Amino acid sequence: MSDFFSDGFFNNINLQDSSNWATDFVQDVIIPRLPEAVAGHFPMELGTVLVMLAFAGIFVAVVPLLPLVLVLAERKVAARFQNRTGPMRVGPWGTLQTLADGVKLIFKEDFIPPQGDKVLFLLAPYVIFACSFAVFAAIPFGDGIPIPGDFNIGIFYIMAISSVIVMGVIMAGWSSNSKWSLLGSLRSAAQIVSYEIPLGLSILTVVMLVESLSMSKIVDTQSGGIFTWLIFRSPFTFIAFFIFFISSIAEVNRTPFDLPEAESEIVAGFHTEYSGMRFALFFIAEYANMFAVSAIGVTLFLGGWQGVLPGFDFLGGFPGFVIKTLGLVFLMMWLRWTLPRLRVDQLMNLCWKYFIPISFFNILGTGIWGLIFKEDNVWSIGISCAIIYVGLISAYAIAGRNLARRPEPQPS
Amino acid sequence: MESTQQTESKIIELKPFTDEMVVNMGPQHPSTHGVLRLELRLDGEIVREAIPHIGYLHRCFEKHSENLSYPQIIPFTDRMDYVAAMNQNWGFCLAVEKLLEMDETKDFAVPERAEYLRVLICELNRIASHLLSFGTYGMDIGAFTPFLYAFRDRERLLLLFEKICGARLTYNYIRIGGVSEIIPMEPGSIDEQNYLDEIESFLDYFEPKIDEYNDLLTSNSIFSERTMGVAVMPAEMAISYGATGPNLRGSGVDWDLRRDEPYSIYDRFDFDVPVAKDIPELGAVLGDCWSRYKVRMDEMKESVKIVRQILAEGLPDGPVMADLKAVRPPKGEIYYRSEAPRGELGFYIVSDGTPKPVRVKGRSPCFSALSALQELSRGLMVADIIAIIGSIDIVMGEVDR
Repeated sequence: MSDFFSDGFFNNINLQDSSNWATDFVQDVIIPRLPEAVAGHFPMELGTVLVMLAFAGIFVAVVPLLPLVLVLAERKVAARFQNRTGPMRVGPWGTLQTLADGVKLIFKEDFIPPQGDKVLFLLAPYVIFACSFAVFAAIPFGDGIPIPGDFNIGIFYIMAISSVIVMGVIMAGWSSNSKWSLLGSLRSAAQIVSYEIPLGLSILTVVMLVESLSMSKIVDTQSGGIFTWLIFRSPFTFIAFFIFFISSIAEVNRTPFDLPEAESEIVAGFHTEYSGMRFALFFIAEYANMFAVSAIGVTLFLGGWQGVLPGFDFLGGFPGFVIKTLGLVFLMMWLRWTLPRLRVDQLMNLCWKYFIPISFFNILGTGIWGLIFKEDNVWSIGISCAIIYVGLISAYAIAGRNLARRPEPQPS
Repeated sequence: MESTQQTESKIIELKPFTDEMVVNMGPQHPSTHGVLRLELRLDGEIVREAIPHIGYLHRCFEKHSENLSYPQIIPFTDRMDYVAAMNQNWGFCLAVEKLLEMDETKDFAVPERAEYLRVLICELNRIASHLLSFGTYGMDIGAFTPFLYAFRDRERLLLLFEKICGARLTYNYIRIGGVSEIIPMEPGSIDEQNYLDEIESFLDYFEPKIDEYNDLLTSNSIFSERTMGVAVMPAEMAISYGATGPNLRGSGVDWDLRRDEPYSIYDRFDFDVPVAKDIPELGAVLGDCWSRYKVRMDEMKESVKIVRQILAEGLPDGPVMADLKAVRPPKGEIYYRSEAPRGELGFYIVSDGTPKPVRVKGRSPCFSALSALQELSRGLMVADIIAIIGSIDIVMGEVDR
């Protein structure tokens, strides 16, 4: 816990790691296949850069497919909740609906408000788009899948990059020259900046236990099956997971925290004035974000790509990672189609009066936990699971009693 | 002006002032329930003033009516509160029937069967109207799913209306002296039995659904947070603004024309009038958005009760139209009011003895309730404005007429 705080946190940032895999790739894969004459003079630096660009290209090409699937999934999930069938016309069971929508959006007029700030207006979608995609660079998807951004400060990088999104939102709202957009973007700014604090603090509990900011190290420590997943490591990370999850819903602006784009209040918020492909960029970024925060949640708390049992591949590897992530995404959709929306002041109350104090308590608790159990063993995990179990049971009992005491709401 | 600003800007402001922002909410806005335009003066999210502007849906109903014969006016009343058109038909017909001095002593009273059909259909229409109100209110607060649930159930009601009058929205079903017989339904026939069975099966399906909706939305803690204690309308204020119906009962005034001034055959049925009250354990304040909303939810149950009583009794035999040669009321004037889903619907008619009225005035419950918006919304937030508009349940067709 102490090493990266004591001897200069920022001096220790090691970006070298991140290029290692690319250099290795050049050395192990490319150079042996080159003719002898060329191989000796092969420019390593250029090759490394090219390999990285190629991988970045793959990312940019593959990741947009995610929203394509997620949008359809959301519509189908919503339809199930609402006794409908959802899109059924384009392709079998409407599976190509998002593609058709995308094509429609490409052909729409790219409207730029004449009174707005043109440069910012054009730039804003790309800021949001780029940031939400850059997050994917540091996510460990599976065993042996290279992590382009595997810094020793991976989670720090993710937090930093995802904070830039709010700049894009404000740019979009301001440059649209629309009062509704401005309202939406300011709501969004207040919301994202506030919820970043509990989000960061709950990540910190994990970092304290693992003693590393590196995403791959965080995953590696969870290799011993379900009970070594960080959510069960200590009772405080268990609480932190829920704070993380709820805060990340607020971060990606989804119901019950979808105030920035509250349809019934400010129509569409910061992207009201956007049309065509620029709107699609916001849309894609939103779903990419949703997937990204779920993936981070899985990496930090639910074992990443590690399986349920040590040595077995069940819920492990790349498919396991995706299944777990989609599980969290589904949870977000479920909440969206069930819950109403909070009001601005209630949103802030929840964050500043509940989440942040609880998060600080969590950090204190994690520190004490770390002092008591110097390293994780059967005892620490056993005690942790016991506390979580007792806590859940008593929470259920208290909630049940309160519900029972609560009178039937009948004014008549 | 510029020079003063420049000199002022040199002084370091310890208290930075913020401009008020004037925003137009509507007439095209997803949750102003039609073409209501609100002029909002905002200080950040706080609403300093919300000034409603109406008239975007004005269709000169009252002026039109002066050139139409009485039966021809009925389709126009459909377009007033198009969510509860049956009740609007009925309100107008009641006024004309009163003007015609129809009652048992005359030879052209409204037949018993027609009265039963009217109550049956209008109570079902009340359920449909409150369902729409419930669904859209959920959507205003941000929950999308209740909206579709409400429409799913309303659809079954609309099919029932379609079966009896051929229309789904503008029914023109209740006529002066009875009800329309466009789709004949012989007394005691298999058609009638089927129809009543269908209503019964709907009620059996629908009654538990109300509890489900209460679980889903009414007792949802986010929903309660958003609506409880927001925009409290005390009883005196409600009365002074002329709020009626669920809005008045939401403020704790026990007043329902169906019970207190029974028209038609409402005195034969046993039903409660849901009135809101303070529920400190939950946080509900008398007269807040939640109370108004809850009164509607409870009223649906009461409507179900009334319809069940009719189904238990069965429809009486006889004709559905009074033996009325021509609608030519004697010289005079009348104001007659009835309890529409949104409150007291009144029609003031002046007749000079010709088949056409000299003046028709509709008293719209939504218009009165909407006038309270300005006072209710002062100092609240933008999101609360939406909650208020939804809770007073306006239909712009009726406000503007």
